[in-house]
Amino acid sequence: MSVAASPAGGASAAAGGGSPAAQALMRRHRLRWWEALPWIAGMVFYFAFPAYLGFGCDLLVTILFALSLDLALGYAGIITLGHAAFFGAGAYTVGMLATYNIWTEPITSLLLAALVAGLIGFLSGLVLLRAKGLTLLMLTLCTMALLEQAANMAHAYTGGFDGLPSLPIAPVFGVFEFNPLYADTQYLFALGVLFVCFVFVRTLVYSPFGQSLTGIRENVLRMHAIGSPVRRRLMICYTISAAIAGIAGGLWAQTNAYVNLSALGLDRAATVLIVLILGGYGRLYGAFIGAVAYLALEHFLAQIYPTAWQLGLGLLLVVISLFARNGILGLGEMLWRRYRVRRVKP
Amino acid sequence: MNFAADFASIILGGLAAGTVLFIVSVGLSITMGLMGFINLAHGAFAMFGGYLIVLAMNRAHYGFPAALALGFFGTAALSVLLERFLYRRLYRAGELDQVLFTIGLIFIFIAGTTIVVGPEHQTLQLPAALSGQLNLGFIRYRTYSVFLIVIGFLIALGIWVTFERTRIGGQIRATVDNRRMAESLGIDVDRLFTITFAFGSGIAAIGGGLGAEFLGLDPQYPLEYLVYFLIAVSVGGLGSVIGVYYAALILGVLNFVLTLYLPKGGTLFIYALTILILLARPQGLFGRKEL
Repeated sequence: MSVAASPAGGASAAAGGGSPAAQALMRRHRLRWWEALPWIAGMVFYFAFPAYLGFGCDLLVTILFALSLDLALGYAGIITLGHAAFFGAGAYTVGMLATYNIWTEPITSLLLAALVAGLIGFLSGLVLLRAKGLTLLMLTLCTMALLEQAANMAHAYTGGFDGLPSLPIAPVFGVFEFNPLYADTQYLFALGVLFVCFVFVRTLVYSPFGQSLTGIRENVLRMHAIGSPVRRRLMICYTISAAIAGIAGGLWAQTNAYVNLSALGLDRAATVLIVLILGGYGRLYGAFIGAVAYLALEHFLAQIYPTAWQLGLGLLLVVISLFARNGILGLGEMLWRRYRVRRVKP
Repeated sequence: MNFAADFASIILGGLAAGTVLFIVSVGLSITMGLMGFINLAHGAFAMFGGYLIVLAMNRAHYGFPAALALGFFGTAALSVLLERFLYRRLYRAGELDQVLFTIGLIFIFIAGTTIVVGPEHQTLQLPAALSGQLNLGFIRYRTYSVFLIVIGFLIALGIWVTFERTRIGGQIRATVDNRRMAESLGIDVDRLFTITFAFGSGIAAIGGGLGAEFLGLDPQYPLEYLVYFLIAVSVGGLGSVIGVYYAALILGVLNFVLTLYLPKGGTLFIYALTILILLARPQGLFGRKEL
């Protein structure tokens, strides 16, 4: 897999000293002013569109889920069609703990969801990450289908096809109640969770560990040759990615107050893949842009005519895969670079 | 006696379903083996052909063989167009782009079919000669299922002979084994691929039409059975006709038995088995090439 113009790719060999290359590397992970924009937009949305906070919750969950996939697919280059397995694992962890009144506190529930999803990610990663290409695709797909059928089979506990409705969720910090009719608490809670996870992921991908993941994606042989523990790095990355997907799933269950089999399906796995690619993978903010673009498009096109949405999505995917391989952010970067070149050399 | 008859009818039903699966997926196996192109939209060609066949019979009142021929050639022509103008650009792209592109094609086919024909389920009107029961000696069974099993066997045999005994088959085998070497020997891989792609899509179209009553035929078809096509191909081994044949038959019988006795979640065992097989043999049961 090659991502020609990835911002995290390439020149990591030239570290150290005050050379321009080293300075460029240092600059890469400095906070920039525009990185505050998504969070400002998130707060503005809260005050400006109180009627759309349910939609906002879906958006935040989708961003978090796509972010988790970005870690595995965008940074480490693990191409998976089964990421919804971990989303579903997290969702069912939260859902079952709540339905049977074992544990309803939202924050610790999410941590438990992360734990369960991470564990499944670790165990499946142990065997899956040996494979690559189509085998890997098939193995991730089958693992997800396996979990889906297991949840279907255990319908006595999971509610089977109908799922678990009206989950009781305890108030956040014991104070802020989740209102089933008006999603204001849910929205702020989801925004907070997304923020914490994002800061974690951002720190991770700019750490030496994140650099080595990019190295593995770009050139696995060279990483082996310089003695990087490739398998262990991939395992850790896959586990963390699964855990975050589990948090996204748990958050989905909490904000909607239900869980059903759709959490584990191919539809969800394909959707998150599309969202990430649409935004641009291996870029952190691709998840944000992709989720906004996808959900907005879905919202408007489906209003016109449900089939128009599918047609539009299909055409969009074909065009992106043929002409804009780095997604919306990649397109933006290309245009920006051209603009700057033109300004420097009139 | 009663148990034996039940058993035989279950096996026959499973074999018929597996045969449909084989007819649809065999083209996918060959083209993926040749080019390493992950074509998730293969089922869309099967659906397109299935619609051509069913609509030609139900609305234009074609005969069964004529409708099958129409489905084969119509779908092959469409696939050549798509291959020449779109697929070709992505041969050297990463698998992620291929996955995305073919998922996009699936959506376009689903939406297109819904808009042009409508979202409802299509049924195949069988010709009178195939719609009765057939006495097999030990059991009476639906003529059409037996017909399918025989047709599937003949197709498998035909493709196998083509592979093993003809010049183009030899070229395909050589290219699957080592593409660069085959190209250096002067095999026109591009042309070869266009031909096999068209042929594979045409066969899939026939599978879509013949299997309309086993797998159903509605716009969601390419997504609904995607996992099954992929399992048949990857378990059988890329580029291996015999492998896909066995894998599809086993898959058909297993699926038939499991949905009969364990309707809720029984297919779990199919996925578990697939994972185990692929872990033990990443190249599939009969494949010689890593996927």
